Amino acid sequence: MVENISRSIVRVQGLCKRVVSPEGELVLLDDLSLEIDAGEAVAIVGASGSGKSTLLGILAGLDVPSDGQVWLDGNDLFKLDEDGRATLRQSSVGFVFQSFQLLPNLTALENVMLPLELGGVENVESQASKMLARVGLAERLHHYPKQLSGGEQQRVAIARAFVVKPKILFADEPTGNLDSATGERVIELLFELNREQGATIVLVTHDEALARRCNRLFRLDAGRLVAVERSVAE
Amino acid sequence: MAASIRMSWRMLRRDWRAGELTVLSLALVIAVGSVTSVGFFTDRVRLALENQANTLLGADLVMISDQAIADDLRVDAERFLLKSATSIEFPSMMMTAERNQLVSIKAVESPYPLRGELRISQQRFAPDRVAAGVPEAGSIWIDIQLLDLLGVNVNDVVKVGEADFKIAAILTNEPARASGQLFSLAPRVMLNLADIASTELITAASRVRHRMMLAGEITAVANFRAMIEPKLKPGQRMEGIEEARPEVRSALERARRFLGLAAMVSVLLAGVAVATSSQRFIRRHLDSCAVMRCVGGTQQQILSIFMLQMLWLGLIAGSVGCLLGFGAQFVLVGIIGSLADFALPAPSLLPVLVGLLTGLVTQFGFTLPPLLQLKNVPSLRVLRRDLGALPTRSISTYGLGFVVLSALIVWQAGDFKLGFYVLGGLIVALLLLAGVAFLLLRILGAFRAHLFVEWRFGVTNLMRRPMSSVAQVIAFGLGIMVLLLFSVIRDDLLDEWGNSLPDDAPNRFLINIQPDQVEPLSHFFSEQGLKAPTLYPMIRGRLIEIGGKVVQPESYENPRAQRLLERQFNLSWAAQMQVDNQLIMGEWWSASESEGQFSVEEGLAKTLAIETGDTLVFLIDEQRVTARVSNIRSVEWDSFRPNFFVIASPGVLESYSSSYMSGLYLPESEYLVLDKMVRQFPNITVIDIAAVMTQVRIIIERVTLAVEYVFLFTLIAGLLVMYAAIYSTLDERIRESVILRTLGAGRRRLLNGVIAEFVTLGALAGMVAATAASLLGYILAVYLFQLEYQFNGWVWLTGIIGGGAGIGLAGVLGTRKVLNYPPLLALREV
Repeated sequence: MVENISRSIVRVQGLCKRVVSPEGELVLLDDLSLEIDAGEAVAIVGASGSGKSTLLGILAGLDVPSDGQVWLDGNDLFKLDEDGRATLRQSSVGFVFQSFQLLPNLTALENVMLPLELGGVENVESQASKMLARVGLAERLHHYPKQLSGGEQQRVAIARAFVVKPKILFADEPTGNLDSATGERVIELLFELNREQGATIVLVTHDEALARRCNRLFRLDAGRLVAVERSVAE
Repeated sequence: MAASIRMSWRMLRRDWRAGELTVLSLALVIAVGSVTSVGFFTDRVRLALENQANTLLGADLVMISDQAIADDLRVDAERFLLKSATSIEFPSMMMTAERNQLVSIKAVESPYPLRGELRISQQRFAPDRVAAGVPEAGSIWIDIQLLDLLGVNVNDVVKVGEADFKIAAILTNEPARASGQLFSLAPRVMLNLADIASTELITAASRVRHRMMLAGEITAVANFRAMIEPKLKPGQRMEGIEEARPEVRSALERARRFLGLAAMVSVLLAGVAVATSSQRFIRRHLDSCAVMRCVGGTQQQILSIFMLQMLWLGLIAGSVGCLLGFGAQFVLVGIIGSLADFALPAPSLLPVLVGLLTGLVTQFGFTLPPLLQLKNVPSLRVLRRDLGALPTRSISTYGLGFVVLSALIVWQAGDFKLGFYVLGGLIVALLLLAGVAFLLLRILGAFRAHLFVEWRFGVTNLMRRPMSSVAQVIAFGLGIMVLLLFSVIRDDLLDEWGNSLPDDAPNRFLINIQPDQVEPLSHFFSEQGLKAPTLYPMIRGRLIEIGGKVVQPESYENPRAQRLLERQFNLSWAAQMQVDNQLIMGEWWSASESEGQFSVEEGLAKTLAIETGDTLVFLIDEQRVTARVSNIRSVEWDSFRPNFFVIASPGVLESYSSSYMSGLYLPESEYLVLDKMVRQFPNITVIDIAAVMTQVRIIIERVTLAVEYVFLFTLIAGLLVMYAAIYSTLDERIRESVILRTLGAGRRRLLNGVIAEFVTLGALAGMVAATAASLLGYILAVYLFQLEYQFNGWVWLTGIIGGGAGIGLAGVLGTRKVLNYPPLLALREV
């Protein structure tokens, strides 16, 4: 364990998420605390409905907690307003989703250019095409998402996530929509880029094998953190 | 901001390439195109029509004065680059050795007439020709009946005042002849203005009417009028064609309304198409928004990117629309153009501005509320798709658009009444469409157990999303309604307009018929094998009191009111109301009533503020004639039948001295009858109104053509609305059919289901649309155009069958890729 707070890129304290449903109040996350170090790869695992995706959403600042605090790269995430969190995401965070979330009207290249463009970066085309070449899609720059296979779409998504050189990458079931061989290659790529760029990876999955490739596992059950396991594969 | 501009531009290009903006931009182009083309050409065409009508006046503008018109007016006119000519007109006696006759002398100078033409002939009823210039000094042109009244012939010499003149020609047509005091005209004698002094007829006490006729470029004429009118002295007035000829005014008015209506309906429909397609655009961009938020876009940034994107789209589509409108107006001007005998003023840039503004306002009216919602899409939607879906059809979404569109309609109408009717009609039609659609769906639903399986499937589909089905029926209904209005009802309306001027409308007026000639004249016509014309008694009187108050020209600000009170009215009496008149207020008298009553024409009542129940006093033969106004009626002035401002019930006027008049239709081949008649009844004056009628006929024909052309825009807009409606549910349909096909539904079954659904939607919409179209047609005809309206049963049949078949076909074509693609591929299209 690393003691130095400045080394942890994510720090969560007393996190609660409750929603009101027709059956009464539902507790999605219950008094959850954890820390993730910079450069570390962690997996959040658990059964369906255990609160994995909710936790990821809150860590990335896409959702707000009912209680508790989250520090992302030294920023108290929920002291920022929505636009402040967006700006933080723009500079420090990358995303990979289960359903890829590429914009259908944009070519592969344009999808990768998008976060740079939103950040006001100039001459983004060469950066984006280099990144696409890095993920093996140099021949596919001008294809639309619907013209790409699932694996290719996820590689575009990975290129889009890494093109901004994020400090932290959030991945939500990145292989969930892919067959196992393709999923394997996508994960390979994800870890390679992670090593190259020295980014932190936070991965939500229920694939135990995939989770074992990370440094640590956070196991959730009914919104509670029930175990933190150090991976042997390291 | 610069980054947002760059970004929005890129997003626009990308969306365009992906076909996301096709329907939306097409709708915008049509909206702007129709507004601009109508804007471009309405003014030009209106000017052309007015110019054409001005040939009846002999000028674009006439100043009439009872004093000689000062020369500085001519100087002013020259400054405005207007042509001018003066004339003077006065009654006088004309003498031969044996007879003398009261005539109306008109002295003219070149270049009279400024508009239209003088026509003369050398022999009675021989073919006439256009006169080159005005009568030469020492010669006169005279009306045909003077030949008999005075027993003279062409080339004879007659005395006018103190001078001798040679009769050089028979005057057959004179612009402005039929205008003004139509029924009090003595036969015309036209001579050269230079000869007036030699006649020594004009003294200080003479009742002389001086005219200065002006013509020139339209805006110059208008500016001149605006400058001069406030400076008019008592006894002076300005007259344009609209003041001079109520028939022409009412034809022009209808023409303007038809055109305005067509343009407005196009804007309205294009607005609906914009609304529908922007909804789809927004729905399809929900995910993009969430992703952009995820990768660091701020709310402000995303909002400005989308707003700017809409702005570029609006400007580009608007510009294309303007170009389209500009091109279209050339065709329109071509249709109308032959009416104008002068170059039309160049189109101004104003319609471009108006068009662009209309496009942007419509677009932002319908896209702004959903755009504002777009920035609130939670970024968490990337993880959970069910989050942040837009409320599909809420008041807040369409409210702003509707308000904006309403304002546009009233503005575009340029006429509160027209705007109000169209808007009211629209709201009623929408409510009706919604209500009936909902009801019909319920009824269908109750019967669905008895339907074939595919139809049951289709109807169940409709029932499952009642709100969206009702919305679709409304969209289809609006489209079909316009098509029906476009085809059946428009033709009915235009035919009715044409019919308001039947082929046998009078082309000659006979006036000055004496009471003892009524019988012999009828007999004369029977002898000639012609139907005896209806004769109307006519009595001249001056209105001196309204509702117990003495009225004088000075009592009114309105120049028309002053003019009406200055001169004598032509009154008549009748037991029955003329068939082409319509009661507006009060009751027509019955035979049993003994109390004397008056019936007053609507326009006159408005001008002089006369109401039912008021007592009017006329001065007739120096005696006061008093009666109460029991009703107010409207008159179709463009029917050309003789009509009267004030009609009395039997028993009020009979004892005063009267003459009779009649309107008569005489085919070209029967003109010799007039010659015989004038020989037998030399005191009767024949006035040729064929020229005026031809003008009105031409206006009606040309405008009908132009309106049909403008309605093409409306037609395209109607089709666009329906296309947008089908397109807007495409994604949902693809998703559903994929599920069904995955579950094993065959192509044929799905196809039949789609057919059943769309045919049902189309037939429902057609039924509702036919009802709305008939109602709208009725309202428009009766209240706006003052035309008769016949309900047309074909509308329903056409609506239901056409709607079912058309929408069925369009639906299948629109969704065919759903059926032909492998399910997974189809899903990727979404």
